[in-house]
Amino acid sequence: MGVYINADTKVIVQGITGETALFHTKQMLEYGTKIVAGVTPGKGGQTVEGVPVFNTVQDAVNETGANVSVIYVPAPFAADAIVEAVDAGLDLTICITEHIPVIDMVKVKRYMEGKKTRLVGPNCPGVITADECKIGIMPGYIHTKGHVGVVSRSGTLTYEAVHQLSQAGIGQTTAVGIGGDPVNGTNFIDVLSEFNNDPETYAVVMIGEIGGTAEEEAAEWIKANMTKPVVGFIGGQTAPPGKRMGHAGAIISGGKGTAKEKIKAMNEAGIEVAPTPSVIGETLIKVLKEKGLYEQCKTH
Amino acid sequence: MNIHEYQGKEILRKYGVTVPKGSVAFSPEEAVKVAKELGSNVTVVKAQIHAGGRGKAGGVKIAKNLDEVRTYAKELLGKILVTHQTGPEGKEVKRLYIEEGSDIKKEYYLSFVLDRATSRVVLMGSEEGGMDIEEVAETNPEKIFKEVIDPVTGLLPFQARRMAFNMNIPAKLVNKAAKLMLGLYKAFEEKDASILEINPLVVTGNDDVVALDAKFNFDANALYRHKDIVELRDFDEEDPKEIEASKYDLSYISLDGNIGCMVNGAGLAMATMDTISYYGGSPANFLDVGGGATTEKVTEAFKIILSDPQVKGIFVNIFGGIMKCDIIAEGVITAAKQVGLSVPLVVRLEGTNVAIGKELLNASGLNIVAADSMADGAQKIVELVG
Repeated sequence: MGVYINADTKVIVQGITGETALFHTKQMLEYGTKIVAGVTPGKGGQTVEGVPVFNTVQDAVNETGANVSVIYVPAPFAADAIVEAVDAGLDLTICITEHIPVIDMVKVKRYMEGKKTRLVGPNCPGVITADECKIGIMPGYIHTKGHVGVVSRSGTLTYEAVHQLSQAGIGQTTAVGIGGDPVNGTNFIDVLSEFNNDPETYAVVMIGEIGGTAEEEAAEWIKANMTKPVVGFIGGQTAPPGKRMGHAGAIISGGKGTAKEKIKAMNEAGIEVAPTPSVIGETLIKVLKEKGLYEQCKTH
Repeated sequence: MNIHEYQGKEILRKYGVTVPKGSVAFSPEEAVKVAKELGSNVTVVKAQIHAGGRGKAGGVKIAKNLDEVRTYAKELLGKILVTHQTGPEGKEVKRLYIEEGSDIKKEYYLSFVLDRATSRVVLMGSEEGGMDIEEVAETNPEKIFKEVIDPVTGLLPFQARRMAFNMNIPAKLVNKAAKLMLGLYKAFEEKDASILEINPLVVTGNDDVVALDAKFNFDANALYRHKDIVELRDFDEEDPKEIEASKYDLSYISLDGNIGCMVNGAGLAMATMDTISYYGGSPANFLDVGGGATTEKVTEAFKIILSDPQVKGIFVNIFGGIMKCDIIAEGVITAAKQVGLSVPLVVRLEGTNVAIGKELLNASGLNIVAADSMADGAQKIVELVG
């Protein structure tokens, strides 16, 4: 089970012949992901890692029936790759690429209006449903199957949280990295609502960071709609204002987007927020025990 | 990336946006020469630094004759200007912008920014010009108007007119103001700006609509397609360590503390800073080595950290995904051997290729303290730095 992807998901790797894409194609195949096709314009007809390569996403879909793609295309060409995936009518495209110009993403989002494809990312680690399907760049071995959903703006901080959960015997359904860019395809609320509807997910960990108001909006949504406990963390509590902390989206400007405001909004929505990233797991366990869900979530 | 006001105005001129006549000057002599050429009754001498609030900090002077231009230019060049955006250490003035004086009848505010909520560029305007717009947002939010721009059509003339009317620009000047807004949007879009702020936009005594200031910020991710903008970069305005880091595509930001940090991923890098602070330490920097780092880049990153004399210890915190732990280990070893490691080093490795990475570090003979987790590592480095 899990959200967005599962054991039946058939995946296309866009940009499959690049070095990074090749490495992670191998890793995804080892994890058991059904990678049915790759796309690199001009390299159609080749085979890499046993995967047939096509010139266009449409060709790959027609030949293999794939429904999801993952994008490792370099930033100057990544927006085009997303649009190609949308045009081919995929259910989901996950864009790993970082450093895509914002104006390109504004146009991509506009193009996607009214189309069926969901975009996760860009600038994200991908999506993984434990023991079923791994799409992206996350290390597979830290994930264990279970009942906690994870959603995060940060890649490596997602690994950190998942690792803590697994070490504490708490398995996960799906971990979704929504990415650190100011314009992205999927936001917290999209993922939270999927987790809310997923019978296998009993609780959710939500990891935000400074900049923007996505966490505040999610907190409001949670207060009104979420039937499952949510535990949170906000990165950048000690970040100085006006300095962009790596992610294009992570900047405190004009006194807005501070960790303090976000934590306050989350607390008001009944979300327990971990004081440091090292105790995300502990905080979740505490909440699970309070809600009587610990035994069900303890998977190993 | 930021640029100076005079550079911003040069860009705007090319897009048909009315700005006062003026030119840059690097010395009092040049300032006088420019003022002479302008031949205006009143000349404005403006300090050029990458920070707002220059007027309030005494960085903008009105000169009535050439002698005053010379006096003000002498006074401002080399002066440390402290504004609410520079921090207490201020910024040294190395360039001046000499501009003809404008007969200001009224000041307005205009800006283009990305609105995350709609994933669109938004035009914001207000008749409360010349002020801090955050202040207006707090005290008179009803006086700020917005136009959401469809990227397919760009800013449309009717939207620009509606904005001008909402801002209470005199009816006979609405078309002039609208034309100016369309030019601004074109500049914003074509140059991949992330912020374009005109504060103030003014209406003058001879019925002109003029951009009296121009604050541009450009999307760093789009600079690869704007060589002309990259050339405007002023290295004097940036931290030398940040400049060095940017050569290697490393995301580095100087901070005030004494614990150097090397982390992969912006979120984890911020969280590492938070954790160090939680245990009573103080980070010397934010450093995200990114996903595609090579051994060479990691080596350079390590050197940059070590070049900071404040650094009394280093914490390397890596959770490999796209980044492989062995690459990090090799970089750390190479750098430590090249520069010599004189401060304590705590390393926490986890994720892709972690076993190979740990083996490399163990075999290196370097004095490295291994940590099992981010909290463990943060505690250890805080203790070692003391």
